[in-house]
Amino acid sequence: MSTADTEHAYDQRHVHSHHHPEGEAHGTFKGYMTGFILSVILTAIPFWLVMGDVLPSKQATVFIIMGFAVVQILVHMIYFLHMNTSSEGGWNMLALIFTLVLVVITLAGSLWVMFNMNDNMMPVSAHEMRNAP
Amino acid sequence: MSAHAAETTFPPDSFYDTGEHHPQNGTMLGFWLYLMSDCLIFAVLFAMYGVVGANYAAGPGPKDLFDLGLVAVNTSMLLLSSITYGFAMLEMARGRQNAVLGWLAITGLFGLAFVGLELYEFNHFIHEGAGPQRSAFLSAFFALVGTHGLHVSFGIVWLAVLMVQVRKMGLTEPNRRRLACLSLFWHFLDVVWIGVFTFVYLMGVLR
Amino acid sequence: MQERSELMQTLFGRLTLEAIPYHEPILVWTFVATAILGMSLLAYITRKRAWGTLWNDWFCSIDHKKIGVMYMILGIVMLLRGFADAIMMRAQQAFAFGDSMGYLPPHHYDQIFTAHGVIMIFFVAMPFVTGLMNYVVPLQIGARDVAFPFLNNFSFWMTTAGAVLVMMSLFVGEFAQTGWLAYPPLSGIAYSPSVGVDYYIWALQIAGVGTLLSGVNLLVTIVKMRAPGMTLMKMPVFTWTALCTNVLIVAAFPVLTAVLGLLSLDRYVGTNFFTNDFGGNAMMYVNLIWIWGHPEVYILILPLFGVFSEVVSTFSGKRLFGYTSMVYATVVITILSYLVWLHHFFTMGSGASVNSFFGITTMIISIPTGAKMFNWLFTMYRGRIKFDVPMLWTMGFMFTFVIGGMTGVLLAVPPADFVLHNSLFLIAHFHNVIIGGVVFGVFAGINYWFPKVAGFKLDEFWGKVSFWFWLVGFWVAFAPLYVLGLMGVTRRVSHFEDMSLQIWFQIAAVGAVLIGVGILAFLIQIFVSIRRRDSLRDETGDPWNGRTLEWATSSPPPAYNFAFTPRVHDQDAWFDMKRRGHQRPVSGFVDIHMPRNTAAGIVLAGIATVCGFALIWHIWWLAAASFFGLIAATIIHTFNYDRDHHIRADEVSRVEDQRTSQLAALQKAGA
Repeated sequence: MSTADTEHAYDQRHVHSHHHPEGEAHGTFKGYMTGFILSVILTAIPFWLVMGDVLPSKQATVFIIMGFAVVQILVHMIYFLHMNTSSEGGWNMLALIFTLVLVVITLAGSLWVMFNMNDNMMPVSAHEMRNAP
Repeated sequence: MSAHAAETTFPPDSFYDTGEHHPQNGTMLGFWLYLMSDCLIFAVLFAMYGVVGANYAAGPGPKDLFDLGLVAVNTSMLLLSSITYGFAMLEMARGRQNAVLGWLAITGLFGLAFVGLELYEFNHFIHEGAGPQRSAFLSAFFALVGTHGLHVSFGIVWLAVLMVQVRKMGLTEPNRRRLACLSLFWHFLDVVWIGVFTFVYLMGVLR
Repeated sequence: MQERSELMQTLFGRLTLEAIPYHEPILVWTFVATAILGMSLLAYITRKRAWGTLWNDWFCSIDHKKIGVMYMILGIVMLLRGFADAIMMRAQQAFAFGDSMGYLPPHHYDQIFTAHGVIMIFFVAMPFVTGLMNYVVPLQIGARDVAFPFLNNFSFWMTTAGAVLVMMSLFVGEFAQTGWLAYPPLSGIAYSPSVGVDYYIWALQIAGVGTLLSGVNLLVTIVKMRAPGMTLMKMPVFTWTALCTNVLIVAAFPVLTAVLGLLSLDRYVGTNFFTNDFGGNAMMYVNLIWIWGHPEVYILILPLFGVFSEVVSTFSGKRLFGYTSMVYATVVITILSYLVWLHHFFTMGSGASVNSFFGITTMIISIPTGAKMFNWLFTMYRGRIKFDVPMLWTMGFMFTFVIGGMTGVLLAVPPADFVLHNSLFLIAHFHNVIIGGVVFGVFAGINYWFPKVAGFKLDEFWGKVSFWFWLVGFWVAFAPLYVLGLMGVTRRVSHFEDMSLQIWFQIAAVGAVLIGVGILAFLIQIFVSIRRRDSLRDETGDPWNGRTLEWATSSPPPAYNFAFTPRVHDQDAWFDMKRRGHQRPVSGFVDIHMPRNTAAGIVLAGIATVCGFALIWHIWWLAAASFFGLIAATIIHTFNYDRDHHIRADEVSRVEDQRTSQLAALQKAGA
């Protein structure tokens, strides 16, 4: 997907001791390792909670693993994807937030609409649906 | 509006940019926008799973099928591949071509391990009579997890092609851009996987 | 019935000679006519020895201007096909009462209304909108091309590939009989086992890739390639609407891709997303497809709102009133368009709470459009209005679209919609806004920008003929449908028993004929304009005393658009430059960096077409081969690093000197 480009396609003002594509945020070894270790922890704990049947309350487990998922996604965004408010003049962040809003609308909207539909339109209960061919 | 002025310098408040105009390169933003659109494809697949994911049609459900140990191994393969790709990018910043190729190769191997384990899991399900046709739950499962796996597979092909291109042309500007794009793609797939293992596998067993 | 050999089955899938509709006279004659027209066109090109130019300078071109023109030509060709479908439907519905069954059996009629919708939305409106944005936006922002010129070419050919598949379905096999959105279970494998729905799916999936990439392309172009000094709030309003449209494209089309993908899994693999049994839920398809479908209609209309803004300010000789509120209205519409989708299926049963929420959001979304309408009116107030053809189309739009919008607000009330859902009232409403808004806007845009593209204006007389026949024809064709809808008549019906309804359908048929005359007049307008081009010529590059940067170039613009990138200081940048006495640079030109033409786009799209055809007909070996061929061709293309070249400074000087003498001659002639 390359465009018309030349040897010096990055901004003249952009001085860096090492090469990387124009304006592109980049990582450090520390950053990647921090992200990795955090991700390992944020993955291991949910697996442990579920596989070990650790907590008595299913609700609590669900909330915790969902919370951990959100946090781990943020960790990935920051440490691996180098998300920040200034890359591409803020357009990356704007695009991400807009997409997130739409994802929430698509998921929440669909679930709300469809569970209402199912309630009103399906003659069988959810329990029966589980077991019906 | 003189037709013969031989001016080559323009006053500061002029209406034209002198010299050659280099617009900023748009590849990274463009690729990011494509990834956002990919996000929405996954959102639809998650929504589908959310709506029909409990419709087992008197067939096997998550508790009957999911092997969380296998999923944990798979997750670590993908996470490790993310960090090795990160190392490849660090080496790219240092301009060390062979180190880049080395780390890319390891990333590819982890990726292949992930896809391999997933294919093993799918094959096992199908042999247990729990293929995608068995119920809406399984259709949604195979579609969501399968689409993710397909993306990883395309990523591996792209990775291999890029390795050949880096070997051939070196760490040129276009190649660096491509490596950066694949980096975004690869990490993004790991982000989606977090959603998958949480909402499909872990929650499935918890239900 | 002969037993089909295994070899034939493997080689040709389910494609047999029976797929060719020998027994349907309408199709046979259509084929004959198409073949004759096609052959004549090929012969004409051969006689003019134009194949080389056609291939090298057009098909392989990555120039946004050429690609924009090709999109418009695609749209016009498909408009003729889509309109033919419309005339056939009007004729059937005018005659098919009581004992008369009309001339179209139901299974044929159903394909016609399906094809009509699919073609008009995906292969007429989308190409027109994309074509206008492609041509105009880079010029308006002072850029040389779009951000990804090769992808631009590829996007065009993928859209064309989709159109080719739809057209093919006419002569090989059949099209879907499900309506333009192909709801399951009817579109599932159990109830539509034949190739029709598969043609539908693959045509849209292939074209959809083109559209999505085009969305990314134009978005990055507008974000990254604006001329120095052109901040967001100094962009022309058409560019703003293009920005928001492309945001919608990138955000909505993935949903269509995913949903059609799920439907195709149901059909090809036997999954149970939308089936009646095994836990499927067909209502989820309706939900998901409209999450795409509603933003889609805003994708269609927003660019034309931009066109109207440009036309109103230019032909009123005034700066657009309320620029800031126009921008905000556009952005608000973009966001709100994601919160209304359920109004397309109030009656599906989600209940009062859900329906109320979406009913309210639907009413709210009409407000920003109202704000725009007032801004246009205020722009005209105390302006020196010139009623050139683009302005006529705009006036027609204002009147027609407002009424159509109001019927939309009526439908937004769930209890009212329970009566009117899927009635002819609905059909009248959406044609009201799409024809009044999109079609009238496209004609306004074509008449407005044609001089820039070609160097001569379009003939005014035939333009006016076309406009009046369209305007009157539209109302004669669709007002009866409002009446019929309120009386309870349903859509997609090919035969009626109640004779008292017939008169309304007959009036509607007359309206359709009037629209046909309008279309004919448009074609004549183009033909006559080319014949009379010397008397219609515009040498200034700025025939309407325009306000935005595209009018700063010659007509047609040079390949590189601007020898020197303009610097922008204010909104209405070109008007500002003229007002402040800018001096066009006449020397000191430098080499200009431009992308190279390439055949990769048309080749890839061609392979995609073959892949689609193979999947439709279950020719698995060909589907696999072409799929891997696509991957291979893509990889090969990525090994081509030699994508650009320089236009040498002396060549730029030569072109610019020509322009300098052209302008000097005009000055001398007192132009």
